[in-house]
Amino acid sequence: MIRDMTLGQYYPVDSFIHKLDPRTKLFGTMVYIISLFLADGIVGYLISAVFLAIVIRVSKVPFKFIVKGIKPILFLLLFSVIFNLFLTDGDTLVSFWIFRITKQGVRLAFFMALRLVFLIMGSSMMTFTTTPNQLTDGLEKSLHFLNYIRIPVHEIAMMMSIALRFIPILIEETDKIMKAQTARGADFENGSLMQKAKGLVPLLVPLFISAFRRATDLAMAMEARCYRGGEGRTKMKPLKYQRADRLVYLFYAGYLALVVVLSKTVPL
Amino acid sequence: MIELKNVCYIYGENTVMEVGALKNVNLKIGDGQFIGLIGHTGSGKSTLIQHLNGLIRATSGEIYFNGQNIYAEGYKMRDLRSKVGLVFQYPEHQLFEVDVFSDVCFGPKNQGLPEDEVKQRAREAMELVGLDESYDSKSPFELSGGQKRRVAIAGVLAMKPEVLILDEPTAGLDPKGRDEILDQISKLKQERNITVILVSHSMEDVAKYVDRIIVMNHGEVLFDDTPGKVFHHYRELEKVGLAAPQVTYITHALMEKGFPIKAEAITVEEAKQEILKALQETNEKIPNN
Repeated sequence: MIRDMTLGQYYPVDSFIHKLDPRTKLFGTMVYIISLFLADGIVGYLISAVFLAIVIRVSKVPFKFIVKGIKPILFLLLFSVIFNLFLTDGDTLVSFWIFRITKQGVRLAFFMALRLVFLIMGSSMMTFTTTPNQLTDGLEKSLHFLNYIRIPVHEIAMMMSIALRFIPILIEETDKIMKAQTARGADFENGSLMQKAKGLVPLLVPLFISAFRRATDLAMAMEARCYRGGEGRTKMKPLKYQRADRLVYLFYAGYLALVVVLSKTVPL
Repeated sequence: MIELKNVCYIYGENTVMEVGALKNVNLKIGDGQFIGLIGHTGSGKSTLIQHLNGLIRATSGEIYFNGQNIYAEGYKMRDLRSKVGLVFQYPEHQLFEVDVFSDVCFGPKNQGLPEDEVKQRAREAMELVGLDESYDSKSPFELSGGQKRRVAIAGVLAMKPEVLILDEPTAGLDPKGRDEILDQISKLKQERNITVILVSHSMEDVAKYVDRIIVMNHGEVLFDDTPGKVFHHYRELEKVGLAAPQVTYITHALMEKGFPIKAEAITVEEAKQEILKALQETNEKIPNN
C-alpha cells in the first residue's frame, strides 16, 4: 500500500550532477531562481530553458519523472495564469462582458506560467540528485555562519536529518500495523467519517508508542557513542569542493551574466 | 485447504526499485497440516503468508481458499481474514487497548459477533495461550515481552481461524519463552485441529513440531517435504544461508563413516535412539574379545 509511495524523490543514478557537492547544487538552485526573476523577455527564458535542459540531460533523470513534479502545482499555475490574463491593464485585445484581455496580460500570464514551471523543475532537480542527508549536510555547512548569532545550526541540521531518517521507518511501521489490524478485521477504508476517525485509534496508538520507543532507543544509542552536540565535532566525510564544483560555479556565473545582459539588451 | 497457482508478486512495479518477491509459487496446503515455512531474510516468506489472507494481492496467479478463488469478483476478503488468522512478527507492537481483555476482543468484535460471544471467545483464547483472569484488566504495557506476545496471539485466536499463520513467533524471546510459545502452539494445533503455518528462519526451532517443511529462497519454493527429507539436503540449505539442525550433521557424519544409521532423525532424542541402535548393531557384528 504505502510502500509504493515515493519520498524525498531522490532518483538514484550515477551522474555528474549526483556527484557534485550538495552546496554547489544548493547554490545553483538559488542562482537559477534568481535568474528566473531577472530574466525578461523571450531570450532570457530561452537561455533558462537551455540551462535546465542541459542539467536534466546530464543528471540522467528521466524527463517524465520531472514532469510528474509539476502536477501538484497545476492548480496554482492555472490560478496565476487566469489572474494575470484578466487583471492586467494595457492595450485591449479581446473584451466581453466584464472581462478584458490585454496584450500585456497575455504576455505576463505566459511568462508567469513559464517561470513557475521552470522554478519547480529547477528546484526538483536538486532533490532528484541529492539525498536528504547530503542536503542537510550542505545546509549545515553553508549556514555555518549563523552560529555567530547563536543559532545552533548543527543541532537543527541533526534534527532535520533524524526526522528525515525516520520518515521511511514510520511509514513502514504504519504499513505493518495497518496490516496487522486489518488481519484482525479492522477496516480503515469504509464507514462514516466518525467511524473512520475511530478506526484510526488501533493504528495511531501503536504507532505513537513505537515512535517514542524508537526515539528513546536512538537517544540512548547516541549517548552511548558520546554524542553531545556540534561543538568540536568533526565529520567522517567532510564536504570538500572538487575541481568539478569550481567549474560548475564558473558555469553559473556565465549563465547569470548571459541572462542579465541578454534580457536587458534584446527587446521583447 | 489453500491452493496457490503460479503466484508472482513484484514490489515497486515499474520503478527503479523493482524486486520480484515471489516467483511462480505453487503450493497446496491441506487441512490440519502443521507446516514450517523456512527461509532467510528476504526470501519471500513474509510476502507469501500475507497473500494467504489477502493482505497483499498477487501481481499474477491465483489463490484458492476451500476451492474458491479469493480474487474473484464479490469474494469477501473480510471473511477470509477471519478464517486465515495471521500473527505478525513482533505482534505485541499492535496492542492498543487500555486493558488486555479489550484488546483480545478487538478481532471477534470486528467479526460482528454478539457481545457475550465476543467475551466468551476472548476468554477462551486467553486460556489457550495460558493467561488467566488476573491478566484481564491489566494494561498491555505493564506485561513482559513474552506475555504481551501471548496477548497478541490470543487476539488472533479469538477470531477462531481455520488456518493460523505465525510469522516468527519466537523472535526476540529467550529460550524458555520460545519453548513455551512453541509448545503452546503445538498443543493448540492438537486441541482445535487447525492448520498451522509457522514461519521461521531456524530449522532447529520448527523441526521438532512440524510435519512438513517448505523452504523458500529468492521468492521460490526450494524444498517442500517432511523435515527428515528436507534435512537430507543440508549442503544445499547451507548454500542458501540456512542450516539443518545440529543432529543432522552428526547423523550424516556417522553415516559417512559407515555406521548403519538412518539420517532421518530431526531431534536430539530421535538421534540418540538412532545412534544407540546403530552402536548395538555394530557391537553385534564385531565379536567381543
